[in-house]
Amino acid sequence: MATRKTSNKSSASKEELLQFYRDMLLIRRFEEKAGQLYGMGLIGGFCHLYIGQEAVVVGLEAASEEGDKRITTYRDHGHMLACGMDPDGVMAELTGRDGGYSRGKGGSMHMFSKDKHFYGGHGIVGANVPLGAGLAFADQYRENGRVTFTYFGDGAANQGQVYETFNMASLWKLPVIFVIENNQYAMGTSQKRSTSTPEIYTRGEPFGIPGEAVDGMDVEAVKAAGEKAVKHCRAGKGPYILEMKTYRYRGHSMSDPAKYRTREEVQKIRDEKDPIEHIRDVLIAGKHAGEEDLKAIDKEIKATINAAADFAKESPEPDEGELWTDIYATEVPQEA
Amino acid sequence: MAEHTMIDAIRMALSRALDEDETVILFGQDIGIDGGVFRATNGLMQRFGSGRVRDTPLSETVIAGMCVGAAAHGLRPVAEIQFMGFLYSAIDQLANHAARLRNRTRGRLSCPMVLRAPFGGGIKAPEHHSESMEAMLAHIPGLRVVVPGSPTRAYGLLLAAIRDPDPVVFLEPKRLYRAGGEPVEDTGAALPIEQAEVLQEGDDVTLISWGAMLTEAREAVETLADEGISAELVDLSSLKPIDRATLRASVEKTGRCVIVHEAPLTAGLGAEIAADLAEHCLISLLAPVRRVTGYDTVMPYLRLEASYLPSTDRVLRAVRDVMEFA
Repeated sequence: MATRKTSNKSSASKEELLQFYRDMLLIRRFEEKAGQLYGMGLIGGFCHLYIGQEAVVVGLEAASEEGDKRITTYRDHGHMLACGMDPDGVMAELTGRDGGYSRGKGGSMHMFSKDKHFYGGHGIVGANVPLGAGLAFADQYRENGRVTFTYFGDGAANQGQVYETFNMASLWKLPVIFVIENNQYAMGTSQKRSTSTPEIYTRGEPFGIPGEAVDGMDVEAVKAAGEKAVKHCRAGKGPYILEMKTYRYRGHSMSDPAKYRTREEVQKIRDEKDPIEHIRDVLIAGKHAGEEDLKAIDKEIKATINAAADFAKESPEPDEGELWTDIYATEVPQEA
Repeated sequence: MAEHTMIDAIRMALSRALDEDETVILFGQDIGIDGGVFRATNGLMQRFGSGRVRDTPLSETVIAGMCVGAAAHGLRPVAEIQFMGFLYSAIDQLANHAARLRNRTRGRLSCPMVLRAPFGGGIKAPEHHSESMEAMLAHIPGLRVVVPGSPTRAYGLLLAAIRDPDPVVFLEPKRLYRAGGEPVEDTGAALPIEQAEVLQEGDDVTLISWGAMLTEAREAVETLADEGISAELVDLSSLKPIDRATLRASVEKTGRCVIVHEAPLTAGLGAEIAADLAEHCLISLLAPVRRVTGYDTVMPYLRLEASYLPSTDRVLRAVRDVMEFA
C-alpha cells in the first residue's frame, strides 16, 4: 500500500466513495469468476476481461443520467455491470445459455439492454463508433437532451471510420462523448509500435472537437471529466473526446501469450495505480469505512458473483431450433 | 393519368414515406440541395427540410453506420449511396451490424434501415458506376436485397422496404430510371417485399430475371411468341430472401428455365437459383437450366459495354437451346 502513487484525499461523500468501491469491485470479482469459468471450459471462443480498467466505466456512469446511452467494443462486461445490467444475465450469456442477455446467441461480445440503454457489445474494432453517432443523432432529432457514451480503445483509434465519424459528429453537433480507453496495447501491439502520435485525445482538434487526457485509474478524476463532457454535449456544443489513460492487467483475451510486456510492468501498475485499492485507501484514510466494513462488502459481492456463476451453469442451453430464429422479423424457410 | 418514370416513382415513394412517418430520415451525398445524382430526391429537402433530408459528407461507411445506430434507436433512416460500386466500404456496417442486430439481441433491437443504390450498366460508364454485385449482398444472412423492375414496382417495393423491420439494400436499375413511363398512383400501398412477380404466364420455358435485364428478357418473350414458343417471365424482385416457391412452381409447370442477369457468371445469383431448381425440380426438368449472364470481367467502358451486357439475341439462343434439348 505504501507504494501507491495517488493521493488519499477526496472531497467525495462517504456514500459516493462506497458506491465507487462497490461498483468497481463487482466488475473485478465478476471478471475473475469469468476467467475461472473460461478455464473450466464453460465459456466458448474468446473472453476479454476488463480487470484494471474499472474506474473508467464506473466514473463515467456516475456522470451520466437516466436515458443516456452507451455503446462499446468487445471488452464490454464492465460497461454492462456499471450501467446496472444483471450479472446473472451477463454471466449466462458468456456460458451461452438461454438465461443470457442474448439468450445464448451473442456471447461475450454481443449483449444489449434497451432498459439500461446499452447498445452493445461489438466485435469489429472501431466499427461501433459510427453507431454511437447514429444513436446520438436519434436523440438530437428527438431533442431529448440525452448523450451517448461511445467507447473504443487505443487500437480502434487507428481505424479510418473513427475520423469519418468525428467529422460528421462535429459537423452536426451530435451529443456524443467519444471515450478512448487507452490501455496502451492493441492486443499485443503497444501504442508506441502502432500509433504515430501518442496523444490520442488531440485527434479531434482538426475536427473542432475538444479533448482531454484523464487519469483513467482514478474514478473521481474520471467522473469529473465525464461531467464536463456531458455538460458540453447537453449544451448543444457537439461531441467531446475523453482519453482515459488506463491499463488492463490480464491478457487481451484469455488466450494471450503475453510476450509483449513484462510481468514487472503489470505488477508495477497494480501496486502503484490500482483503482480499487486507491478508493480503498481513501475510504480508510478518511475514516469512512473500516477493514471490517470493506470485508463485508467484498463478501456480499462474492455472493452475488457466485450466484451469477451458478445461474450461468444451470440456465438451460438454447434449443437447436433457435439456430433459425431472429434472422428476419418474419421467419424465412431455411434450406439445408 | 400522367406517366411516371422509375425515378419519379422512387421520389414519390420517398415523399410519401417522409410525409406519413416522421421517423423517416434521408441521408446521402448531394441528396438535399442537389436532389441526388439521378435526382431521386429532387425537391424533397425543400419540402421536408434539411433536418430530415440531410446532405452528408462523403463517408459511405459512416452513412451506413449512423443508419444502424439511428435505426436501433427507433428512426427509419433511408440512405442513398450514389452508385453501387461505392458501397463496398459500407459492407462493413451492413454485414457486421445491420444484418445481425436482430439475431444478436434476440429481436429486442432491429435495424429498419434502407440503403438505396443505383446499380447495373447501360449508361456507358465503367466499373464502379455500372457494376452489379448483388450476389455479394445476397450472401449476407439478415439482409434483404430488393430490385424493382418497373416504376410501379419501384414505388410499391420501396415503400415496403422503408416499412420493413429489417435492413434492406434497395438496388435501383439505373438503365430503367428514365427508360419509359407508366401511370403510378400515389396510393401509399406497398407491394409484398419478398414475392417474385410473374410478369407473363407461359407453358414452355421459364425466364427468370431482375432489374434492367427484364428488358431483354421481355423482348425475347415477344420474339419467342412469334415463333410459337410460350415463355413465362418471372421478375425475381427479392434477391434475398429468394421466393423459391414461385420459381419452383413455374419451372415445374414449364420444365425448362433460363436465368438472365448482368452480374458476372461465377457465384452469381443464377447459380443459386439453378442449384435450387436442380435440387427440387429435377423430375420436372426437361432440359438443363441455362444462365445468360455478364462475364467474369471488370465492368467495361463505353464501346465494350454492349459486348458485356447480355443481349436479347443471347437470351434467345439459350432459350432455343433448351427447347431443342427436349
